Amino acid sequence: MSAGRGLVLDGTVHRGSFELALRVQAGPGEVVGVLGPNGAGKSTLLRTVAGLELLSSGTLEVAGRVWQDGTTALRPEERAAGVVFQDYRLFPHLDVLDNVAFAARAAGTRRAAARDGAARWLTRLGLADLARRRPSQLSGGQAQRVALARALAREPDVLLLDEPMAALDAGARLEVRGFLRTHLAEFAGPVVLVTHDPLEAMVLADRLVVVEGGRLVQEGTPLEVARRPASTYVARLMGLNLWSGELGHDGRVALDGGGSLSLAGEAAPGRVLVALRPSAISVHTGRPGGSAGPGASPRNQWAGRIGSLERLADRVRLQVDGQPGALVDVTAAAVAELGLVEGREVWLTAKATEVEAYPEARPGPLGPG
Amino acid sequence: MLLLLVPLAGLLVRAPWEGLPRILLTPEVREALRLSLVCASLATLVSVVLGVPLAYVLARSQAPGVRLLRALVTLPLVLPPVVGGVALLLAFGRNGIVGRHLDAWFGLTIPFSTPAVVVAETFVAMPFLVVAVEGALRTADRGYDEAAATLGASRMTVFLRVTLPIIRPALVAGAVLCWARALGEFGATATFAGNFEGTTRTMPLAVYNAIQTDPDAAIALSLVLLTVSVTVLVVLRGRWTGQGAA
Repeated sequence: MSAGRGLVLDGTVHRGSFELALRVQAGPGEVVGVLGPNGAGKSTLLRTVAGLELLSSGTLEVAGRVWQDGTTALRPEERAAGVVFQDYRLFPHLDVLDNVAFAARAAGTRRAAARDGAARWLTRLGLADLARRRPSQLSGGQAQRVALARALAREPDVLLLDEPMAALDAGARLEVRGFLRTHLAEFAGPVVLVTHDPLEAMVLADRLVVVEGGRLVQEGTPLEVARRPASTYVARLMGLNLWSGELGHDGRVALDGGGSLSLAGEAAPGRVLVALRPSAISVHTGRPGGSAGPGASPRNQWAGRIGSLERLADRVRLQVDGQPGALVDVTAAAVAELGLVEGREVWLTAKATEVEAYPEARPGPLGPG
Repeated sequence: MLLLLVPLAGLLVRAPWEGLPRILLTPEVREALRLSLVCASLATLVSVVLGVPLAYVLARSQAPGVRLLRALVTLPLVLPPVVGGVALLLAFGRNGIVGRHLDAWFGLTIPFSTPAVVVAETFVAMPFLVVAVEGALRTADRGYDEAAATLGASRMTVFLRVTLPIIRPALVAGAVLCWARALGEFGATATFAGNFEGTTRTMPLAVYNAIQTDPDAAIALSLVLLTVSVTVLVVLRGRWTGQGAA
């Protein structure tokens, strides 16, 4: 398959007993978010594209050029890859301007011309007033932006970002996220962004690739992945409840871990994954009575015990043990009103219309490994 | 403590302070001083040119022989300098394994000449520089080298524009130590280069000579060397503490 102006990676990387086997594509102008837990092989993927590590087998093509295949492997300096490292790696002995001018200098451009070019990039990214600062005089957010400027100034065929916001505090994150969104959109080539932060991935990526244990487990738009997570990792990451089970002809799913849920929509009987948003579940301190009158949508209800409470930004997330166990989001007011504490017995309800089921992608029951 | 300080005190007490300018301005002393400075500086230059690539190999190479090489490089640190001088003589002497060919092919004889002083000083002092630079290369963050490579820099450019500037403090410290050691070199120089006024008689050799004929001159020369040592110490200290504070 031809990559056109984009990126096509299809191959494996071995590191000790770990094997990364991936097929990843990114079209020109497309931002592909690589999402996965620590140790999944995300950074290895980026390093392989940059040439800092080599494919054990397979091919890598960027912008119509072979960067690696069975016979050739370009060295990092021969690949036009703009890399933004997690720890930025701005050269400590050079100021911001010379950091951004580095690629041009390395390519043999004279100092004055290289600095002019670097100054234009800084201006374009709104960083001109940082030009004379040393990396040690920059805040995390500023260093992040300078690192992007340096990578862009290299005029790369592909842009690679490794956990671009992992080292930032919450305030800087918000700022940098907006900044990245703007400037990644302007970049004409493919962008590969590695992250374990779902929000970052949702906001910045056009398409997500989920990697676990060196394998691709899911691919799709952020919305698709969030709506239909293919693994418990993705579900937990997206703040979703995800259960696997067997859908019967009566529209009820017998869950593998015990319990059952009714669906409102149409779905083919068989193995399914069932997703339910934590905010779609209500908590009651007593058994809810009466319920739906005729014509109202059917309701799921089951008992459980609160395992833990976790304060999120604008709500409280309960982890409720029961059949099935579930994550439930409630307001802080509801916690106080209902007296929700650890160990408390509660009833959970969820409308059948809120329960989404889809056929399980992988054969066999979903489980660890 | 006393053992260390009393001799220094003795030197200061016995110093012929009034005659000092006169002694230091005699042609013999000026010649020895000039020769010392030139040779020590040349030895340091040679050490940097040869020692930095060597340190790079020692720090970065995965080859099996590197451990042995490292041991060999540091040998002159513990080897008595006189033995080094003998070894140099056997290698580069007129009948030495290398010297024989230099003599036959190029008519070059190194021993007992000013170049011999530089060779002897380099032999003894270069390990100081290599050890300092290798340590810095070993602890330097390889991430910067990687970043430079992704920005299109060849290995040479990475080394010159990134690695070297980042380890510069260690390089400077190593070079100063190396220079100070070369300046004070006696044993290997005396053995390999001899003790000829104007060509191989450096300050330490001049001190040794003078102590038998003109003790005041010996003390004056010693004071000069002591001043240099103290200055080097202060400079290096300043660097190290300065870095700690930065």
